[in-house]
Amino acid sequence: MLYRIAGQFKTNYRADHALFPVRQDAVLLAVILICALVVFPLTASEFTFQALLIPVLIYSLAALGLNILTGYAGQLSLGTGAFMGVGAYACYKLITIFPEMNLLVAIGLSGFFSAAVGMAFGLPSLRIKGFYLAIATLAAQFFLVWLFEKWAWLYNYNASGAIQVPTIDMFGIRVAGPTASSIVQYYFVLLVVGLMTFFAINITRGHIGRSWKAVRDMDIAAELVGINLLRSKLIAFGVSSYIVGVSGALFVFMWRGAAEPNLFDIPLSFRVLFIAIIGGLGSVMGNYLGAILIVALPVVLNIVPEALGLDINAATLEHLNIMIIGALIVTVLIVEPHGLARFWAIIREKLIIWPFPH
Amino acid sequence: MNKAFVQNSFEATDDGVAPGEVLLAVENVTLSFGGVRAIGGVSFDVIKGEIRAIIGPNGAGKTSMLNVINGFYTPQIGTIWFRGAERISMKPHEAVGQGIARTFQNVALFKGMSTLDNIMAGRSVMMKRGLGWQMLWQGPALREEIEHREKVEEIIEFLEIQHIRRTPVGKLPYGLQKRVELGRALAMEPSILLLDEPMAGMNLEEKEDMSRFIIDVNQQRGTTIALIEHDMGVVMDLSDRVVVLDYGKKIADGTPDEVKSNQDVIDAYLGVSH
Repeated sequence: MLYRIAGQFKTNYRADHALFPVRQDAVLLAVILICALVVFPLTASEFTFQALLIPVLIYSLAALGLNILTGYAGQLSLGTGAFMGVGAYACYKLITIFPEMNLLVAIGLSGFFSAAVGMAFGLPSLRIKGFYLAIATLAAQFFLVWLFEKWAWLYNYNASGAIQVPTIDMFGIRVAGPTASSIVQYYFVLLVVGLMTFFAINITRGHIGRSWKAVRDMDIAAELVGINLLRSKLIAFGVSSYIVGVSGALFVFMWRGAAEPNLFDIPLSFRVLFIAIIGGLGSVMGNYLGAILIVALPVVLNIVPEALGLDINAATLEHLNIMIIGALIVTVLIVEPHGLARFWAIIREKLIIWPFPH
Repeated sequence: MNKAFVQNSFEATDDGVAPGEVLLAVENVTLSFGGVRAIGGVSFDVIKGEIRAIIGPNGAGKTSMLNVINGFYTPQIGTIWFRGAERISMKPHEAVGQGIARTFQNVALFKGMSTLDNIMAGRSVMMKRGLGWQMLWQGPALREEIEHREKVEEIIEFLEIQHIRRTPVGKLPYGLQKRVELGRALAMEPSILLLDEPMAGMNLEEKEDMSRFIIDVNQQRGTTIALIEHDMGVVMDLSDRVVVLDYGKKIADGTPDEVKSNQDVIDAYLGVSH
């Protein structure tokens, strides 16, 4: 009805390569952006910012990074948490060594450290594939978390062994630290996540993205169309770890405020992996949908009984929550193994031809 | 057929070899896997502009031969001359840069990608813009993408697969998948095209279509073609010269008529009592 491609003709390839070949998609994005930029900040409470909006954005970004590696380039990784840690520690060191540095620049630079570490651990990917590579990245996970704990220089010889985000101002506005306001942090995160998403979409639809997908779908054929496997995989590891590192820096500086090494342990890796799988491997939008399901839904479920006036004790609520989320994840994966993003793709296809079945 | 195709696109690939001269020569190539000798001392050549068929019973070493030519295997003994130079050793992904493209016996497409993306992937080597421009999707990166898209659209038009441009290839029927694979190989603008059983498992109509495409590529674009095929009717009609392998040895080499009347070939195919 509303969603129609009829009448939208492309007269050149430039138009066909536009970000939104279908006009309605652009309208939809505009609506989402208006919500994200204006409606949410005006209506959200402190709790909504801290428990829903900011973490969903940060987790989406981490999942996006992992998705580039696993969903696009087909290299399974279990080291995401540790690579986030590299980004966070790098950012912390940069900020403490150069206190004058703009936080945006520091976060941008810290991604390069995690990219370098990610590429180093991606080197075995030429020889080992699939689950075996996952085990190799698991080594990165354990090694790096151990390093965060043992290398005192990383946390400036703190007695607590944790990193504490200092108070940071940017252009006279407080952006990080205990006294920073949530709305500023939200906009900061939104800006970084938005930029990263835009870059990621562009890379994945160009020739680099195609070479990743080719490696994922059939590596021997990819090699024989002239794609250098090692190079392609290493670029994937680099880009993926960069994004993951940036999300790690945001994770600590914009949300947690402080971090101990075990924050970056394997549960974080699994959480990000679940978001990517449930959202849809090989999709950019899926990461957002997955993060909403995994990160935001439990929070919402926690406050629903109270809002309805039901009196359920906290422990029961917690258990109910876990059961509902678990059941939802299983259901989603049974109904659509390709994740939430595929649901949207199916809805789109059906809408375009609605009301006819074919 | 289609005029645009004939007019502007397929100028013969310039590879420094004049038509009628030897483009590829295989000399005394021997390839063993452990104790199994797949190819034993085979020599033959491919002349620029011809369609050269490699035939033989199952297990004769035909596919191994193609794998040697495009660098997937390195022979233990023997030399390969390509475009007038001796090739020492080469990684498989370098073959495309040299001007060698191939299709596979069992379709080896990128199943999750659309037809368009599959054929575009064939041009990966020619697309040079780095990560920086790719990220922004502006200026040189976009221009490069559109430039290659135009070339790819010519191939899509030539192969008459416009209607499946956006379909993921995993959903396509077998005959069309074979055609897309040919498209991907053509997108590499090779000077020699290696086709490994392009007509295996096809019905008569699909075989006729594919034969037509092979002849058109050869004649309009001047692409040299080396093909493996089991359908003798097709081989005899299409090819200029035929080389016959059996148990890793060359048993005959010549025009289709010569090969057809060669006693060794008849023995290899029909079997003889020893």
